[in-house]
Amino acid sequence: MAWRVDALYFFLLAISAFFGLLIAGLIVYYAVKFHRRTPDQIGTQIHGGMALEVTWTVIPLMITMVIFVWGASVYFAMARPPDETLNIYVVGKQWMWKFQHLDGQREINELHVPVGRAVKLITTSEDVIHDFFVPAFRMKADVIPGRYVSIWFQPTKPGRYHLFCAEYCGTRHSGMIGEVVVMEPSEYQAWLSGGAPEGSLASTGAKLFADLACNTCHRPDAQGRGPVLEGLFGQTVRLQSGETVTVDEAYVRESILTPSAKITAGFQPIMPTFQGLVTEEQLLALIEYVKSLHGLPQVESR
Amino acid sequence: MATVVHPARHYLNDGYGISSWLLTRDHKRIALLYLAAVTFFFFVGGAMAVMIRLELATPVGDLVTDETYNKLFTMHGVMMVFFFLIPVIPAVLGNFLVPIMIGAKDLAFPKINLLSWYIYIIGGLFTLYALVAGGVDTGWTFYTPFSTVASTTNVVPTALGIFITGFSSILTGLNFIVTIHRMRAPGMTWFRMPLFLWSTYATSLINVLGTPVIAITVLLVAAERVFHFGFFDPRVGGDPVLFQHLFWFYSHPAVYIMVLPAMGVISELVAAGCRKPVFGYSFVAFASLAIAVLGFLVWGHHMFVAGESVYSALIFSILSFLVAIPSAVKVFNWTATMYKGSVSWETPMLYAYGFIGLFTIGGLTGLFLAAIAVDVHVTDTYFVIAHFHYIMVGGTIMGYLGGLHYWWPKISGRLYNEGLAKLSAGIIFVGFNLTFFPQFVLGYLGMPRRYHAYPPEFQVLNVLSSAGASILGVGYLIPMVYLMWSLRYGRLAGSNPWGAVGLEWTTSSPPPTENFAETPVVTWDPYEYPAADVEGHVA
Repeated sequence: MAWRVDALYFFLLAISAFFGLLIAGLIVYYAVKFHRRTPDQIGTQIHGGMALEVTWTVIPLMITMVIFVWGASVYFAMARPPDETLNIYVVGKQWMWKFQHLDGQREINELHVPVGRAVKLITTSEDVIHDFFVPAFRMKADVIPGRYVSIWFQPTKPGRYHLFCAEYCGTRHSGMIGEVVVMEPSEYQAWLSGGAPEGSLASTGAKLFADLACNTCHRPDAQGRGPVLEGLFGQTVRLQSGETVTVDEAYVRESILTPSAKITAGFQPIMPTFQGLVTEEQLLALIEYVKSLHGLPQVESR
Repeated sequence: MATVVHPARHYLNDGYGISSWLLTRDHKRIALLYLAAVTFFFFVGGAMAVMIRLELATPVGDLVTDETYNKLFTMHGVMMVFFFLIPVIPAVLGNFLVPIMIGAKDLAFPKINLLSWYIYIIGGLFTLYALVAGGVDTGWTFYTPFSTVASTTNVVPTALGIFITGFSSILTGLNFIVTIHRMRAPGMTWFRMPLFLWSTYATSLINVLGTPVIAITVLLVAAERVFHFGFFDPRVGGDPVLFQHLFWFYSHPAVYIMVLPAMGVISELVAAGCRKPVFGYSFVAFASLAIAVLGFLVWGHHMFVAGESVYSALIFSILSFLVAIPSAVKVFNWTATMYKGSVSWETPMLYAYGFIGLFTIGGLTGLFLAAIAVDVHVTDTYFVIAHFHYIMVGGTIMGYLGGLHYWWPKISGRLYNEGLAKLSAGIIFVGFNLTFFPQFVLGYLGMPRRYHAYPPEFQVLNVLSSAGASILGVGYLIPMVYLMWSLRYGRLAGSNPWGAVGLEWTTSSPPPTENFAETPVVTWDPYEYPAADVEGHVA
């Protein structure tokens, strides 16, 4: 992806150099050629010319439209992750980056990924807006509290790459930096097996699900007071209001923090809020647990 | 040239003493009050820039603490944007010139004009209080939720300062709009107006329509801080990105508030510097209005990486390319004006050359930022810093200094030292490019903005930039010296030292309080050379 951004960048540089030198050249040339010879000399009284006006309106317009389409098409590719990605959760906070791998590894200010695989980062912030910026990957996205913003990249060369926070976030903003470590697949496997003491993220979520007594209402057998969660993620559900909503990370998050906002049709708004009771990272574990609940064949999800 | 005599009676000797200035209703004296005030804020903001560049000369944070550094760039931005760049050309040159250029005795509302200055000063005092009381560290952009829940600095006094000063912009804008509509001299039709007035008019429209939005926005920030409302705080249901929409809805048009008046100045300088009409007068005039209108529709290009949807980004991208077109049209027209002109190499024209060159670079690098895929990489880096300094310093300040040198003989009645003026124009041009050009490269290489410390590989370019800043600083100080000196020792200017046309050159230098002995009757087109034979018109 980086080379596609660079190709457009250097095209823009060439266009800019051409027009910059054209204007500068004309100014210098005219300033010398038409320099005032006598104190009371006046210029030739030319008022304008329609043909020239049209020319220098239409040509820049066409050039900018080419740049627009080019820039937009590269952006489209950047915005859409492929279907198969290695998913990693990112939580920004003043002033560090926390990474949560699905297998359970946690990292701070250092992110290990294998070369060649598309990596999708699902980001959020614990406090203010941050920005995940890896210049080498030409990748940047604001990390916004209360939202999940997904970005992706596909590293092509092993190495260590700068990670910067690019949205001003307070006193130690310039210290909110880290490195993305791109490894050969074999090294990455070795790194992965190096340690995940707590089990996978989904299993952490499962424990939490039980500890918070979520399982008393959300049961897999459709007998609970809350909707069945098995097989729910990614589905579209009908709400009491008659609207529909797709079950994604943001919806699960909202349903935990402000359950009454979007009640599934057929259920009562009896769930208490968990605002202040679960951290951003625990939310991610719960989300990952919900994602891991595949639909059981004998149970129909509502 | 006719014998130069100083007029016996003019606005500067029409009353002495402090109250004759602080209670004046003369637009020319109010312009000078603004001149003193904006110059003060320019040097306060400039002193902070000096500290920033000194800190960045080394990669580690060693000169000031990170907390102080954050306050420095915040106050630099607040001072320069709200208290220098936005008012500078309209309030100083606009105030002095709008009535004279249309042949009027004063603005439509002289007392409101004085009120505007006092409001500006009160807003400025609030902001200075915030500075003295410990500063503010949110960045001039006040992004939420940082500014509303996290920052522990003087956000509220600063916000109130900006809120108050906004009324000064609105009142001045209203005053100019009414004056241009209602007070033009007989024969001064819209299409006989100098282009400076077209751009001042377009700027005034933005001021009147846009400023209320920033006023409301900073008030919401202050209210959320004090009363803990949930406008922007996601923990209580607010949306932090909503703030960015409101902020940029004003602050992008504000870029045009800063640069349109400079474009107007450049049209005057180029016409007088070539002694011929501006090429494509009506295209340049309507380009100003097109920029004012389109400028309101592009705010989302500041938010391509702020969780904006792909389709919103597309719309804001294409509109941003469209707003580039009228600016390009202006550049081409100014350049074409030089063709077969009687081209001067005097100081004002040097600033015009500088403006056109630097504004062209600023505009072209704007295309990089409008192209979404490239913006993603370079936004929030030094590329953006370089881009907007090319527009605001290379554009607005070059235009302002050019205008100040061009009309200084009219304002003061005296000529400055041309050699020193040319020298400082050259120093500013060189210093400016050395300061800001390396920052484009830094941004492309990935150096984020607002960094107190940075990886060592960025040091060489940062040292170049800091070196350039010291040259630029010297360039800005020299005019202070020779302009002050000229007030007492400069040669008398006479009413028309440049051999230019335009009503301001038909009256004496300095002009009388009522501007013209008799209301002029305009029978000629703008920039018509040789000058029409009017009484007192010395060409």
